[in-house]
Amino acid sequence: MAKVISFLTATRGKGRLHWTDWVSYGYLCLGIFLMFGPVVWLVLSSFKTPNELDRFPPRFLPYAQETLEIEGYDSPLLAFVVTEGELAGQTVGQTRRAAGRAEVVVPANPSERIRLQADTLDPIEHIAFATENYTQLFERFNFLRFFWNSTFITVTATILMLLFNSMAAFALSKYEFRGRTTVLLMVIGTLMVPQTVVLVPLFLIVTELGMFNSLWGVIIPGAATPTGVFLLRQYMITIPDEILDAARMDKASEWKIFWRIILPLSAPAIAVLAILAIMWRWNDFLWPLIVLTRTENFTLQLALNSFQGELQTDWPSLLAMTVLTLLPIAAVFAFLQKYIATGIASTGGK
Amino acid sequence: MKYSHLMTTAFAAGLGVAASAVAAQEIRFMCYSDGNECEVYDDLLTQFEAQNPGVDVIVDVVPYQAILENLPVQLAAGTGPDLAKVTDLGGLNEYYLDLSSHINTDYWDASFGDTLDWYRVGDRQGYYGLHTQLTITGPFVNATLFEQAGVEMPGDGATWEDWAAAARAVTDATDADFPMAMDRSGHRVAGPAISYGAKYFDADGVGSFEGFDAFAEAFVGWNEDGTMARDVWASQGGSTYADAAQEFINGEVVFYYSGSWQVGRMDEQVGDFFDWQVVGSPCGPAGACSGMPGGAGVVGFEQTEHPEVVAAVIDFLAQEEIYAEAAARTRNLPAHLGVAAAGVEFQDASPAAQAALNGFAGDLPNVSPIAFAYQGYAGNRAMFGITVERLSQAIVGELSVSDAMARAAEDLKTALAEAN
Amino acid sequence: MLKIVSPIMRIVEIPMLALQRKLGINRLAWAFLLPNLILFGLFAFLPVILNVFYAVTGGDNVLLADRPNVGVRNFASLLDCSNHFDPNSCREDKFWRAVWNTAWFVTLQVGFMVGFALLTALILNRDIRARGFFRSVFFFPVLLSPVVVALIWKWILQREGVLNAFLDWTGIGGINWLVDAQWAFTWSVFISVWAHMGFYTLILLAGLQAIPRDVYDAALMDRASAWRTFRKITLPLLAPTMLVVLVLALIKGVQTFDEIYAFTGGGPGTATTFIIQYIYERGFAGAPRLFGLAAAASLLVAGVLVVLTLLQLRVSKENADG
Repeated sequence: MAKVISFLTATRGKGRLHWTDWVSYGYLCLGIFLMFGPVVWLVLSSFKTPNELDRFPPRFLPYAQETLEIEGYDSPLLAFVVTEGELAGQTVGQTRRAAGRAEVVVPANPSERIRLQADTLDPIEHIAFATENYTQLFERFNFLRFFWNSTFITVTATILMLLFNSMAAFALSKYEFRGRTTVLLMVIGTLMVPQTVVLVPLFLIVTELGMFNSLWGVIIPGAATPTGVFLLRQYMITIPDEILDAARMDKASEWKIFWRIILPLSAPAIAVLAILAIMWRWNDFLWPLIVLTRTENFTLQLALNSFQGELQTDWPSLLAMTVLTLLPIAAVFAFLQKYIATGIASTGGK
Repeated sequence: MKYSHLMTTAFAAGLGVAASAVAAQEIRFMCYSDGNECEVYDDLLTQFEAQNPGVDVIVDVVPYQAILENLPVQLAAGTGPDLAKVTDLGGLNEYYLDLSSHINTDYWDASFGDTLDWYRVGDRQGYYGLHTQLTITGPFVNATLFEQAGVEMPGDGATWEDWAAAARAVTDATDADFPMAMDRSGHRVAGPAISYGAKYFDADGVGSFEGFDAFAEAFVGWNEDGTMARDVWASQGGSTYADAAQEFINGEVVFYYSGSWQVGRMDEQVGDFFDWQVVGSPCGPAGACSGMPGGAGVVGFEQTEHPEVVAAVIDFLAQEEIYAEAAARTRNLPAHLGVAAAGVEFQDASPAAQAALNGFAGDLPNVSPIAFAYQGYAGNRAMFGITVERLSQAIVGELSVSDAMARAAEDLKTALAEAN
Repeated sequence: MLKIVSPIMRIVEIPMLALQRKLGINRLAWAFLLPNLILFGLFAFLPVILNVFYAVTGGDNVLLADRPNVGVRNFASLLDCSNHFDPNSCREDKFWRAVWNTAWFVTLQVGFMVGFALLTALILNRDIRARGFFRSVFFFPVLLSPVVVALIWKWILQREGVLNAFLDWTGIGGINWLVDAQWAFTWSVFISVWAHMGFYTLILLAGLQAIPRDVYDAALMDRASAWRTFRKITLPLLAPTMLVVLVLALIKGVQTFDEIYAFTGGGPGTATTFIIQYIYERGFAGAPRLFGLAAAASLLVAGVLVVLTLLQLRVSKENADG
């Protein structure tokens, strides 16, 4: 508790809270609510049964109705509390319901069936997390296979992308050569054409190269992104040339300068790009959908969407799977996030 | 066995080698599920694998989007699967494998009759598709709300106007929110539109929206005056599909026009919350009382390296007892006439669901011949899409009904011109 | 990690050094560019060149060899309008609806997003507690896939969603958010800002932290007001970062597709249909697939983007010079 108070009373300098501090913390707390709230709602929804999902008004926590084991009935009966009439306050089990009327029995007297208006019955419920939404996933398909495919694609594509993009960005930021402007314009030019609009030509090229139905068909085209080159180049420009000149005086080769000096100095930008790259490849859907058609090559995102049929969508499984695909990326972020923080702080002053 | 094989191909793929057929006869079946279809086929096909040693049929379960959008491109590039479950029945005809030389055509003719035509286009009149999932559109009615309101449910032969009036009366008397709702789909409006006089084909048998206006007027009017749940059509764009099952399940809709595939969901989720039933498609001023047939089928592709095996797989699924088992387990209406005549005992279906499915099956004879032809028309996907887009624009007020219909005719003209 | 990487880098150094001796330092740049250029060439330029071929051919065949040449017909039908500001007067009305929707959307989205990203970055740059935590909070939505973003918000905003349940409870009464064109558009902007703001916040924050402290100390000595410090010191020093942010935000804004497509499908009607959705539906998802029209539209969009970006760079240069 003391921690919370000291946290809340933190100031920019010493002494009392300035009004701008109040505004800042207010803004940040609103931020937590807006940014996390929807995701919390998603996670809670993933633990609900189909009936609970379709219910309005929705409830915060997942519930399930209690059932009663009553003698003489094979299956458990749904439990209700009667709100009006003679039986008010009593717990009953419902045997059947039709057209606004219900037939119920009192547990103490299972043989007597009583007819009531259905709206005088209040269901008895308890909080119940529908974990079967999750366990079903593991029974229904080879979750680990998809997880491995997604991981393999993400890791390989990210490494290739970081290496190639930083090499290109280095060339474009630290060398004077003929054609530099042209190449730079070409890079920015490719930024203008999103993958969505070239799906068909891209598909034909990848097929021609024999990468159809291969994980490499997803990895290789994803390894060259203009955004990455653009971001890294803008960052590398700010690295002073004197450092490079000093290294050249010491007879360091250009490649050594690149990976011993430029790469470490660009760490914060590379960390940001790494997060983006991991996220892009992990969340990729449209492109893998067209390149990968065999179950053994499927990624998590493809498996996730196979819950969507023409006419029906399996919401509980879809939501549960969504949460599962979120976990690894959240973990990666939690890890890299610290790295960005220190990276920026230590190189902040250039 | 299957698992270790999976590992080898995956390993090969991991090494960057395009996974070529490792087993002598590996058959790839691209499948999508609305419920448990792919699981059931996979299970049934293990019997086939047992009978045919050396054949390995692998069912790849993909999102429906992959079947609809990507499969045609893959087929055009020559990289399609061996067989697939498809819904664009006529549209993919050029890629279908003709099964006639591998199967007993008399049995197929006697068993599947009209649905075989849905897979045929122009001069390609062979045997291509096994219709595994027959559907028909029709209304679900919340009987409890009718009873609460004390309104008599319109009987056989009632018109759309009768039902609209009755449903409005029920909504006024109870706390239901919407008298009616209809799925956002060009396929769903086809039956009612035919009942209102839509021809869908011109004199030369080419697609047309002639006669569609009457239904468009009525439908847009219902959306404006609150008879139809406007959300369903107005809250989406493009040709996106949307249904109103959630609203019906929550007891907010009196009359919900959808189709036979919703029975399972209603059965599971409505439970004893209220009584629901299925009635025949209402009639329209043009005299017809038509629903729209539809569904999906399994087809083989000419690109396959093992045409005889592919044909054998499809033929296996077409055999009466296998087909009956699949229909019962997937709770789909059978397109197999023998199976239909014998009746299907749907698995895990409550009496209400069984009655509903039988009700839908009983409405099949009322389907107009136009609806049958439309379902097999190669250009129907384009027409479904145009219907949804332009009708929605009229509903949200971006276009007047007449402008929307003019645009629809124009769109269709462009589409037909480009498709040839 | 370094143990694995170092030997590899040392092996690569051998051929690179040989090349360096042969080419000289400045021409070695091409060696650094090569891997990226090969990938760009194959997977970015070649598709665009193929797209040019698609744009001048007709029909619904995928393979270029089967497609008849139609010249500029696709461009002509896209641009055929009696009044370009009124989509109803255009032959391809949906294209122009998408164009104007996109223009409005980008204006609002880029404005709000960059504004809020800057505000957030400034606050996060202050001496506050748990800065790392708050930074992650704002970055978090960037990690979500577009489909998930759409799913979450659809779930919240649908007629029977949690927001309406809350509004009913407070007595204000629910609103049918996604059926009303204006509301659907507003929410599209909101969601897009929500999902991408964190990325730009992070870039701006890095830019802010790169501003040397002593500049501020000098301002403090001069007793400059906070506002004046911000205008006279922070903004000018942040300008290069701001340029990156604006260029990227504009381009990505025009290319908005996945999350809104999954969110509203472009509806109600065509109220949230943006240009990439038009291209996607025309050329890929729809029936028949009018690849030609879609390719032509994509080239027009790319052209407009190039012009806009050059303008931005130009303006920023003039500002810097003047």
